[in-house]
Amino acid sequence: MPMTTQTPSATALAKPTRAQHDDLVSAAASAPVLSVRGLSIDFHLRTHVLHAVRDVSFDLFSGQTLCLVGESGSGKSVTARALLRLIDPQAKVSGGSITLQGPDGELRLDTLAPNGREIRAVRGGRIGLIFQEPMSSLSPVHTIGSQIVEALLLHRKMTKAEAKAETVKLLRQVEIANPEQMADRYTFEFSGGMRQRAMIAMALACKPDILIADEPTTALDVTTQAEIMDLIARLQRETGMAMLMITHDLGLVAEVADSVAVMRWGRVVEQGPVDAIFHAPHHPYTRKLLSATLRLDTAAKRTAPATTGQPLLSVRGLCKGFGTTNWRGQQTFAIKAVDDVSLDLWPGENLGIVGESGSGKTTLGRMLLRIIEPSNGSILWQGNGQAAEVTKMQRPELAQYRSAVRLVFQDPFASLNPRMTVKQVIADPLIVAGALKGAALEARVGDLLELVGLERSAMERYPHAFSGGQRQRIGIARALALDPRVIIADEATSALDVSIRAQVLDLLLDLQKRLDLSFVFIAHDISVVRYFCDRVVVMHKGRIVETGPAEQICTRPAEPYTQSLISAVPNPDPRNRRMLHRTRFGA
Amino acid sequence: MTHLDYPSTALPDDGPHGSEERGPAISPLRPGMDPGKIAVSSQWTLIWQKFFSNKVAVAAGVVVLFFYFIGLFAEFLAPTSPSLAQPRFTYAPPQSLSFFVTDADGGWTWQPHVKGYTTTVDPASLRRAFAIDENSVIPVGFFVEGTPYRFWGLIEMKTHLFGPLDPSQPMNLLGTDSLGRDLLSRLIHGTRISMSIGLIGVVSSLVIGVVLGALSGYFGGWTDLVIQRIIEVISAMPTIPLWLGLAAAVPIVWSPITVYFVVTLIVSLLAWTGLAREVRGRFLALRGEDFVTAAILDGSGRARVIFRHILPLLTSHILAVVTLAIPTMIVAETALSFLGIGLKAPVVSWGVLLQDAQNIRTVATAPWLLIWPAGAVVITVLAFNFLGDGMRDAADPYET
Repeated sequence: MPMTTQTPSATALAKPTRAQHDDLVSAAASAPVLSVRGLSIDFHLRTHVLHAVRDVSFDLFSGQTLCLVGESGSGKSVTARALLRLIDPQAKVSGGSITLQGPDGELRLDTLAPNGREIRAVRGGRIGLIFQEPMSSLSPVHTIGSQIVEALLLHRKMTKAEAKAETVKLLRQVEIANPEQMADRYTFEFSGGMRQRAMIAMALACKPDILIADEPTTALDVTTQAEIMDLIARLQRETGMAMLMITHDLGLVAEVADSVAVMRWGRVVEQGPVDAIFHAPHHPYTRKLLSATLRLDTAAKRTAPATTGQPLLSVRGLCKGFGTTNWRGQQTFAIKAVDDVSLDLWPGENLGIVGESGSGKTTLGRMLLRIIEPSNGSILWQGNGQAAEVTKMQRPELAQYRSAVRLVFQDPFASLNPRMTVKQVIADPLIVAGALKGAALEARVGDLLELVGLERSAMERYPHAFSGGQRQRIGIARALALDPRVIIADEATSALDVSIRAQVLDLLLDLQKRLDLSFVFIAHDISVVRYFCDRVVVMHKGRIVETGPAEQICTRPAEPYTQSLISAVPNPDPRNRRMLHRTRFGA
Repeated sequence: MTHLDYPSTALPDDGPHGSEERGPAISPLRPGMDPGKIAVSSQWTLIWQKFFSNKVAVAAGVVVLFFYFIGLFAEFLAPTSPSLAQPRFTYAPPQSLSFFVTDADGGWTWQPHVKGYTTTVDPASLRRAFAIDENSVIPVGFFVEGTPYRFWGLIEMKTHLFGPLDPSQPMNLLGTDSLGRDLLSRLIHGTRISMSIGLIGVVSSLVIGVVLGALSGYFGGWTDLVIQRIIEVISAMPTIPLWLGLAAAVPIVWSPITVYFVVTLIVSLLAWTGLAREVRGRFLALRGEDFVTAAILDGSGRARVIFRHILPLLTSHILAVVTLAIPTMIVAETALSFLGIGLKAPVVSWGVLLQDAQNIRTVATAPWLLIWPAGAVVITVLAFNFLGDGMRDAADPYET
């Protein structure tokens, strides 16, 4: 058995002693390919030392997948990179060992020179690495083929012709159509999913024993994610390599992991087989993570408002085309980002807009506020009793409309001006509107901060003093400053960690109850939409595919596209794997 | 593959009674330092911290401040008037300062002094040659009465920081020029003109550059197109002939101070383009940021978005660019004056001083006329560049 089997009542730190470990190794069917013992990494920063990784131990076994799970800042990526000695210069490995089992005995990776010949032979040769960002991890100036050929020439004794043939074989293996032609294409000619496939081909080029995948599908859509995970699972079965996957997505963990290590603040707080982690977690943090993870069948306890009366916002036939004007001044739209979209938002309702990247959901949200001017169609605002056409509004009316319909941004770091204090940020709409001054203004800002669950004293600080979740709360306070009726939340929770995300969603629901708000909730994460929204609009390639109550869309989708989308969502339950449909042993 | 159905292992519950962890593990580099303090300090505090950790930049900053201090109090700091000619001491070499005199019985007494000159006349060329007379002692002191002056053109004063106790005796620590004027005094007065021309020139080019750059970057489209073409036309102009032409157009009857301002204006009218491009690039990058969109949605007008929301983010960068632009101005002024088309006597600037060192014979007989003004220019320009580099590095405290 690969893991130590301590009883949960044990009070000692759950680190296997050397003797215990040796016992376990001899008892196990196979020895680990890579074992990490007591790894600690310190970052020497300007003013302090950050203990990014503390006393981390785990083993990787052939043909098995270990998932390192944790929220941002937990040290999971640093741990993975330390295996290849790819850590930043200010980081120092301050203790522990990394042992790689090879055909010619053990190799201590932690003692190798950071850029020496031996570690370079391991990188790409014995251990392959896939990064999160398929956009930036491939060179834009070389063809995909030549980048794989380079990896082959560096690690395997091959002639150039052989390497080229091998490259085509590898690309075929990762299910890229027409590999002969695609090898000569450049990175920009590949979509995100295809780039990640090419990255996998490159990582597999030298038949590594271990594959490290650092958030390999985070930047991808759910359907692409499912395909990539299928591919990785198939390749793992065929080659029998060990995999270390780093992710924050517990759904994905449940789908692919054999064992799991949960990290928080640099320490592994709990590790064990995937089933035990999901169904018998011991550590409160693991339980907290699991309870914060949203499923397609979890919904907030709220009753959907009636959708019969007069809607607040009615969108009819809204279009946005991007293109050029020809020489006669006629517009030619090469791309229709939003194509003939019609929807209604009733008072007190949460309307979700779901779609993959490029589906036009963000463009739609921005057109509702006329940050992007619509090319066609109408937006009818009926918040003041009478109907007003948003697309024809002039400046004073538009300002009034924009104070009633507010936007919460996706990125909590980019949406707050770093040179303004929290007070200045939140007070800005009030100052511009000329509503309040002096002490009254300060009191209002304090009230708003308390409303979103922050302390009044926070107003003198600068945004960089706050975490992502707190910044998002500040953004929400700014949106609430002008007593809005509708809030458009554009991926408002997608940049947040799981536990923070749950808190922010509950905050929004609570605010809705207290302030009588309506939400347009734009998201790519269907579980979040299921939790938050009453009705869901599914968008694909700029068009609305399906509209319906959230419960129906998530459990009984009618349209084939929606069905494929829903089935690709990972299910955070290892006993009911939806995405890969793998057979499991035991449990 | 083993059956994976054993229980998981967890760290002991760090519940309410245990030592619950509240965040990532951090230990200070030195005892007593509080990492949490950084989190609440303003961006300017971070910038200053980063700047002060760069020792070279701090030293350069001290040098720059020192030069500005000299320029500010030039009349008082200079031992004598820059225009006071001493016909007896043309091209007199520098005297060195000593602090003790030996009296008759070989003892040492504290008496700051310089040595006098002995003059010999070469009978063939009739040229005067000076040698330091080790026996003649000219006592000097602090806060001595000397040539009268109006401090900042306002207050009638006679006191100088230091000088010979007897004003009629020569003290030329850096030597004299062709009219026997004290080079040190001229250099100190030149500091005022040369350092301030950089400042005034940069301020006017700053205003033009920031406003046009901001408009160009924020609005884009036609505005951007027009402003960028103007910048290209101005950058394409050959500067030296243009300066020559403009300087020639300055009426000869204008007072030296008017000429001084016109020269500054000419220099700055050509120097704003770099800053405008820099500001435009930053605006282009920032105008798409979420917080700018948020400001627009908050109802802010264009002027408020530009000056209240975007420009404060650039101040540190602009400061750095300006610091790097000042030495360019100083060099430009020096070059113009050296060529005789910038400032002219009786105004004293480093460029004007260098005019005296235009021919090789002067340089051979009186090398101090080249060394000191050129040295002042070189040190100032280097100091500004180091300072500007340090400020640019500190301008973005979040970059590592």
